[in-house]
Formats: sequence, structure tokens, C-alpha cells
Amino acid sequence: MAVDAQTVEKLAELARIAISKETIDDVSSRLGDVLQLVDQLQAVNTDGVEPMAHPLDEVQVLRRDQVTEPNRREEFLALAPQTEAGLYLVPKVID
Amino acid sequence: MHQLTIAEIIRGLRDRQFSSVEITSHLLERIQQLDSQFNSFITVTGEQAIQQAAAADARLAQGNAPALCGVPIAHKDIFCTNGVRTSCASKMLDNFVPPYDATVVDNFLQAGAVSLGKTNMDEFAMGSSNESSYYGAVKNPWDVERIPGGSSGGSAAAVAAQLVPATTASDTGGSIRQPAAMTGTTGLKPTYGRVSRWGMIAFASSLDQGGPIARTAEDAALMLSVMAGPDTKDSTCLDRPTQDYTANLNESISGLKIGVPSEYFGEGLDSEVGARVQEALKEYEKLGAELVEISLPHSKLAVPAYYVIAPAEASANLSRFDGVRYGYRCENPADLRDLYMRSRGEGFGEEVKRRILVGSYALSAGYYDAYYNKAQQVRRLIKQDFVDAFQKVDVIMGPTAPNPAFKLGEKNADPVAMYLEDIYTIATNLAGLPGMSIPCGFAHGLPVGLQLIGNYLDEARMLNIAHQFQQASDWHQKIAPAAQ
Amino acid sequence: MEWEVVIGLEVHVQLATQSKIFSGASTAFGAEPNTQACAIDLAMPGTLPVPNEEAFRYAVMFGLAMNAEIGKRSVFERKNYFYPDLPKGYQTTQLEQPIVGAGQIEIHLEDGSSKTVRLHHAHLEEDAGKSLHEAVFDSGHGMSGIDLNRAGTPLIEIVSEPDMRSAAEAVAYLKKIHSIVTYLGISDGDMSQGSLRCDANVSVRLKGEEELGTRAEIKNLNSFRFIEKAIKVEAQRQIDLIEDGGKVVQETRLYDADKNETRSMRSKEVANDYRYFPCPDLLPVVLSDEYIEQIRAELPELPDAKCARFESEYGLSAYDADQLTQERATADYFEQVATKSGEPKLAANWVMGELAALLNREDKSIVDSPVPAEHLASLIARIKDNTISSKIAKQVFEAMANGEGDADTVIEAKGLKQVTDTGAIEKLVDDVLAANGAQVENYRSADPDKRPKMMGFFVGQIMKASKGQANPQMINEILQQKLNALL
Repeated sequence: MAVDAQTVEKLAELARIAISKETIDDVSSRLGDVLQLVDQLQAVNTDGVEPMAHPLDEVQVLRRDQVTEPNRREEFLALAPQTEAGLYLVPKVID
Repeated sequence: MHQLTIAEIIRGLRDRQFSSVEITSHLLERIQQLDSQFNSFITVTGEQAIQQAAAADARLAQGNAPALCGVPIAHKDIFCTNGVRTSCASKMLDNFVPPYDATVVDNFLQAGAVSLGKTNMDEFAMGSSNESSYYGAVKNPWDVERIPGGSSGGSAAAVAAQLVPATTASDTGGSIRQPAAMTGTTGLKPTYGRVSRWGMIAFASSLDQGGPIARTAEDAALMLSVMAGPDTKDSTCLDRPTQDYTANLNESISGLKIGVPSEYFGEGLDSEVGARVQEALKEYEKLGAELVEISLPHSKLAVPAYYVIAPAEASANLSRFDGVRYGYRCENPADLRDLYMRSRGEGFGEEVKRRILVGSYALSAGYYDAYYNKAQQVRRLIKQDFVDAFQKVDVIMGPTAPNPAFKLGEKNADPVAMYLEDIYTIATNLAGLPGMSIPCGFAHGLPVGLQLIGNYLDEARMLNIAHQFQQASDWHQKIAPAAQ
Repeated sequence: MEWEVVIGLEVHVQLATQSKIFSGASTAFGAEPNTQACAIDLAMPGTLPVPNEEAFRYAVMFGLAMNAEIGKRSVFERKNYFYPDLPKGYQTTQLEQPIVGAGQIEIHLEDGSSKTVRLHHAHLEEDAGKSLHEAVFDSGHGMSGIDLNRAGTPLIEIVSEPDMRSAAEAVAYLKKIHSIVTYLGISDGDMSQGSLRCDANVSVRLKGEEELGTRAEIKNLNSFRFIEKAIKVEAQRQIDLIEDGGKVVQETRLYDADKNETRSMRSKEVANDYRYFPCPDLLPVVLSDEYIEQIRAELPELPDAKCARFESEYGLSAYDADQLTQERATADYFEQVATKSGEPKLAANWVMGELAALLNREDKSIVDSPVPAEHLASLIARIKDNTISSKIAKQVFEAMANGEGDADTVIEAKGLKQVTDTGAIEKLVDDVLAANGAQVENYRSADPDKRPKMMGFFVGQIMKASKGQANPQMINEILQQKLNALL
């Protein structure tokens, strides 16, 4: 199954991953190989089979509503590429 | 001293044959001398290791030492270590020093273990050859022109090269078992949820599971006893009491029913690898086990189902790497979109990007039912195969991988060929079952792994079964030439 | 052509839990930026979510209050999109299996009519952080700052069916939601702090048409007034557009309050494909019948029940009962005044009259009322026992509003006690009659039928002379006697 360049561009946009013009054909063809592999699934009859998101049939344990996390802002901000006034900086957000 | 197993080190430390500082220094020296050949470590924390070893020696002297007090280990660089760079072998996290420990890391600290550093791996644990690391490929100590398997290639190579007696690792589709098989080591992927995932950087959350790589089943049991257990910080971690996994090692396996799935011995399996596995099964018969032919009819679908589910989960799990709060940010982003596109485009390697794109595709509008949902349905069919099989048998055995270690670069150009190296290991991740790989001989001069698949939470039994084999064979004691 | 507006609302309500929905960080409002964003909220590598039990309890309370089905098995999903205020690159929310299923509520309109609005579902999800723009920085780098304190605050998103047909209905529905969540105590409902926010899906169609028109979604409406205005202006825009031969485009729009117009948010429209899938870090949440029934048993009295009780127990009109029960604080205040004073109807009049006017004037909510309920009750008790007249009562109320104490203290301090001494009133009557000889003469010569009306003049004069403190009934009696004596 082939994947065209346009589809790759759309996926790259969704995933926010820059893909250079030079490599796009290569990426397309490899993606196509992978999709061909997974397309084997289409031949299987799965009528009435419940999808399985978790390997075990466990249920969620809920947490008590308690504040347990102290303020560690300075430690966390120190990991960031750019901060100011206690905020993470990013190029202007346009609403 | 580097040939000692963990069990032997524990005895040696308690009997004062040597100190933790001595063995730690010895191994650090060995890493410095030898690891340039293997590239199995990304970060070596020598100074911290000596400090930990000295503290361990003090506790040992006081006589109140915990289980692994003074025992040197190393962590796969997927586990967050407080104050020590945790890169996941990605440029994206080359500068990332977490201010917190993974639960697994903390468990080893509590147990008194000494960490020598962080082992190399495929970037974000995506790979079967350890060639996708930002820090360069890892080489197999049995033949440095060959891959050590992946993604826990560094963990496996370090153990095989006797740079460290055991390591932590993680397994999403075979990433503990396949490198263990390639390097002649013993690897255990526990039941999904047996080991906490807190602080273990997520690849595919419903498949990822931490576990040990060691030289013997006994050591794997000692490691698992520390790693496993409930953790309220991980919703998917099983709330079941842990146990001493060494307790049952010496039990007899007479009467054991071993399921041998015909699907695991078909086309694609290297004949020499197949022969070694058959010989191992015969050995088990000698030990009193009974071989039962079984069928896992949906086996062939495991790889395709996996390559939908794992990339789908990964595509979301890796969205947090956006150049805003930590990690790599591109130079001079023109705007917000550019910040995202280039930080992620430049920060991730090719295989990681490919999987994110595949995952995005499988989840996107119009394809969800045909891919993601279908794969999750097939996943249930695969699980059901195992559930049915375990009605008849106690354990399932077969090869860990279809081939022994291939040459570096051999399968780089063909991702699908690489994916098929995990054909026998992936199904257990999809089903959440525990799996092990133990050495069972050599094919083309390279180690071969025997895979054991157990029922849910049956780790103690599997370790017993593996240990009994290792009592009757010496494949696990063979030493890689480069380690001598 | 007669047009019909069709409105569905998506209301986001912040739940008043102590900690976040998936982490143990505080949800308190107004902290320094990023001081309440822990490793989980920041999506640090390897961190994992663990859901907050209280958020589920609150969501179940809401569902029960909406007469809705409760999702005994609910599943969190990931909604994938990139935005700097969304640290994980996905929002953890619910889609296929929400905690609250279909339900319905009754809304009350200004004209006294009622209407049922259907609930499609309500789900739990996490709030995002906030982007702040350059104004907060000294340097002019033109970048935005991200504060993630709010990231991970629990929300319920309440999705209605498109059952509303006017801006007024939408406001009434929203008020009802506000009323329910505050009655339940699951949210502070403070719209100015963003605790309750609303997106409106608005479309128009010709009256009688079955099919729905193309809708526009107006985002982030955060006051009742803006919602009303935004819906009106958007509906008119769509009508004008269609009448001019245009077509409504399905899109997200933003309401600009300054210009009173909505405008397209094209920037957000780029290929929205959220790629929802079940969150593999979280397991299905399964709630037992016992758990749900326990919550049901502990539900507080809700607005409709309280309204009905106020009618029957206190004899209030339907309108008054409804007005008084829209907000729990008002209802509680009223009920205190009514029981302490023993005069529910007077209590209702005062709460909806003088008190409401006072609060409005001072822009205060009833919980911060300058006149506590006990004080108002004491005032009504003094009216009832004739210590003061209704007229003087207003004066006392003003003094109470100025913090001069309860009714008795004010009456005492200002000497406002009603004059009921016969001698004192007789003197007042005599003085007034003596000072108004001409009017007395007119009264005497007037036709007997007209005399009762003419008495009013003298009553007014006497009341004035007493500074309003003379008991009106006694004035009437004594005046009548004295005038009769003059005939």
C-alpha cells in the first residue's frame, strides 16, 4: 500500500514533525511498507470481538483528594529552554 | 570479580571477601577499559557509585543491610534518575536531568544497590538492534560487528561483557528477551503491571514493562524481587503483594507440561536456532517435563497488530516532547508552529518519527476503525489463544528470536524486516503475559535464546523452570570473547 | 420569513476538589504562576496520572441531580492536539463512555413558563493551563508565557441537546446548571474566575423546518450577559447571511464584547483531527450501585424540590419561590429570615426587595451581605409586633446596612420606636387640628361622604409631626373621635 506525499505531509502536520522535501519520498515509501505489513489485519474476521485496550481486565483504583505535591517550580523551570517571570516562554500564541 | 553473579556478590559482601567499594571500583575500571568497544553505557556515574558503595559498606558493617546492599547494577536510560541525565537515547532528552526517580530506581536505592550508570538503548526503546540510539549503536560482545539486539541492547551487552552483573531493562515488544537471546544473557519481562512504570519513559503504555537482564535465572529472581510490587503512582500497576522470587527456584519440575506452539517453528526460523531450541526441549524432558504440542493460531497477526497499537500509543506519549518545558528546542523558532515542527523534527531520530507518523495515521479520522480498533480486536484473539493454551499447559516454550544476532546495518534499510525479528516475542506483550529468554546454545557461533512464556503472574514458576535448566546446562556460563 | 434559533450549550464547570484530577497538586485559584504545577501536570517524562476519587463523586452527584444515567463504567480517552497550555500534547477526557449519560432538566423562563432541556451527556476531563501575552513581561520580546497552575484542574463538560430556541432560554438553562452545581457544592460557580464557562452552538432555520441548520460554535463565553448578547448577535449574523444569499460555515467563532460581534477563529480550524483513543495509562473506572446509591442518599435538596417546598411550607407564590431558590445562598438566607422572624411572606418581600436592591447597589453577593439574616429577621419581628412601622423599617434597614447593629440596637439608638402612648398621640392630634383651622372648617362643612377622604390630610400631618413614629392605627382612631366631637 502506497502512501502519497500529501498524506505524509498531513500526518507530519498532525504530529508536528518537520519533514524535509528531500526525504519525503523516502518517508512515504517506508510508511507504505509498514502499512502494507499492518494491512494483514484487514483479512481477519473480528465480528463481535470486543477491542482490548488493556492486557488485563483490571479496574482503576482512585486516589483520595489530597494535596500531596509541594511547589517545586524552580527545579522544574530550570529544565526549560526559556523562562521568564515564572512562566515558560513560547513564540507568541495567537488565539 | 566481574565474573561473579549477584548471588555470589551478596555472599561475598556478607562474608567480607571483598567490599562494595572494591567490586564497584573494579567494574567502573572495566567499563572505562572495555566499553569503548561495546558502547553499552550512555552515562557512567562513577563518583556517585563509589559514594553509594561506601554507604553500602557501612550498612553491611552494621549488619542491617537490605537485600541487594552493595551490589552493583545499571539502569537502562529509560528509567528516570534523580540528578542523573536520563536521555532515552534521544537528542530530544540529551540535556534532561530529572528531579525525580523512577519507582524501579527508587526500589533499588531502598534495596541498597549501587548504580554504575545508565545503559544505551534504541531511541525511546523503538528498535530491535540498538542502532537507533542518538549515542551510537551498541555492539554485541560475542561479535562486535553484530547488533546486541534491542531496544535494551546496552543493558544486555553490559551484562554479557561482564561490565555489570545485572541491569534493569524494559520490554514493549521483546526489548528485554530479544537482546538477552542475542547476547547469551537471561532476561525476564514480567506480567504487565507487575513492575511499576512510574518514571519509566513511556513508549507504548499498555505494552511497556520493566524487567531485569542478568546472567542467571537466580539473579533475575533476585532483581525481580526488588523491582516488582504495587505502586499507587501507576494506575496500571497491579495491586497484588510481591514475593521472594528466589523461594521456589530449587523445586522439581517433574511433571511440568510444556506447550510447544507449532507456529513458532515454521517458516522464517533459522534451522540452527530451531535445532538448539529442540535440544533444550529435550533437556527439559530429561528433567521430567512433558512436551505438549499446542497451537496459537493468531500468532502471525501479532506483528501487524503490534505495529498499529504500539505506534498509536507512542504517537500520543511522545507529544509531550515539544521544546517548551524541557528537552531539545530548535534554534530561533519563527513562530509556535515552527517551534513544534523543528524541535520535534530535529530532536527525534528517523525510526521514532516513522512510528509517530504510523501511529497518527492509525488513529486519524477515517482510519481508526480499520487500524486501531481492528488491531485491538485482534489483540483479544491473540490473548485468547494463550488463555486456551494455558488450560492445557503450565508454560509455553519456543525460540526467542528467529535468527541470531545480525550484522550492524544489515536491516537498517528495511524497517519491516527489522520488525519481524520480534515475531515470537510481541504476542506476550499484547497479551500482557510474562516472558523470559535463557541461553540454550549457539547457532553460527552466536548465542541462541530459549523463550519461556508463563501464565499471568507466574514469574516465580518461570524462574524455577529456567533455574532448573541452568542447573542442568552451562550455556549461561559461556563468556563472550570480548569480555575475557 | 420567520426564523428560529437553535442553541445547544457545552458548559465547562471546574470542580471544587482540593487537588487536581490526575495529580496531588493544589487547585487553589490565584497562586503565583507554575507554583501549583507538579511533575505530572507538567507532563514530565515517565510521569503517570492517577484519578481523583472526589472528582468522580462530584460528577455522579451532578448526574443524579440531572436525572441522568450514571456511567457505571467510564473510560478516559486522549484527545490529541498541540497547544502550549496543554503539556502532554493531549487532553485526557471521556468520549465513548462518559461518567454521566443522557438526562434532562426543567428550566424556568421569565414569563413564568417552563421547558425541558435534554442533556446529551456530561464527562470528566482536565483543564488546560493559560497563555499570557507580552503585557506581563518587561522586555519586549513579544513571546507568550505559559502558566500551568490550572492544567489538570478537574472539569465536567456538560453537553446539552440543541433544545433551546432563544438566547433567554440559553441563559435560563445556564442559570439552572449554575444553580445545580452550587447547590451540590461541587463548584464555586464563579464565572469571573472561569469556574463556569460556556461554548454555544448556534444555528438558525426557518420556522417549521425539521432539519438543523449549519452551526457555528461560539467559544469561551464567561458571563450570563455575554452569552445572551453573543447568541443574539450570532443568530442575527446567520440570518442576515442567509437572507443575503450566503451560507453559514461550520466553524469556531469568538465573541468580541467591545464590538458586540462574533468573529471567525480560523487559526484553530487547521485540520482538527483529534485522534481520540482510550488512554492506556488509565483503567476503566467501575462504580458500584451501592456507591451511587450512597451518593444519592447524601444529595442535598435541589432547586426544584426547594422551590416546591417553599411554596407549600411558606405559602409563597410560585414566582417568589422560584426567585428565592435560584441560588442556594439566597434560599438559605431567606429560610433563616423566614424561620427566625416567623413571617415568611414578609421575609420574601424583604429579601427580594430591599435586600436585593442593596446587594445590587453595592455589587455584593448574598453571602457577603452587609445585613446578616438574623438582623433582617429581627427587623421583620419588630414590624410584626408593631414596634416600628414598615416605613420606619426601611430607615432601620439602611442603618443595619451601614453596620449599625441589629434592628433593636438601631431602633433604640435612634429612638425610632413607634409611639403607642394615647396621651402623646392625642397631643399630636390636638396640635395638628389647632394649627390647621381652615382645613378643620372645610371638613365640618363637607358632605359626610367626602369626609373619610379628607381625613388623609390630617393623618399625613400627624405622622409627619411624629416623624413617622406614631402608630397609624391609633392616629386614625383618635383623630376620628376628635373630628366627630367637632361636628
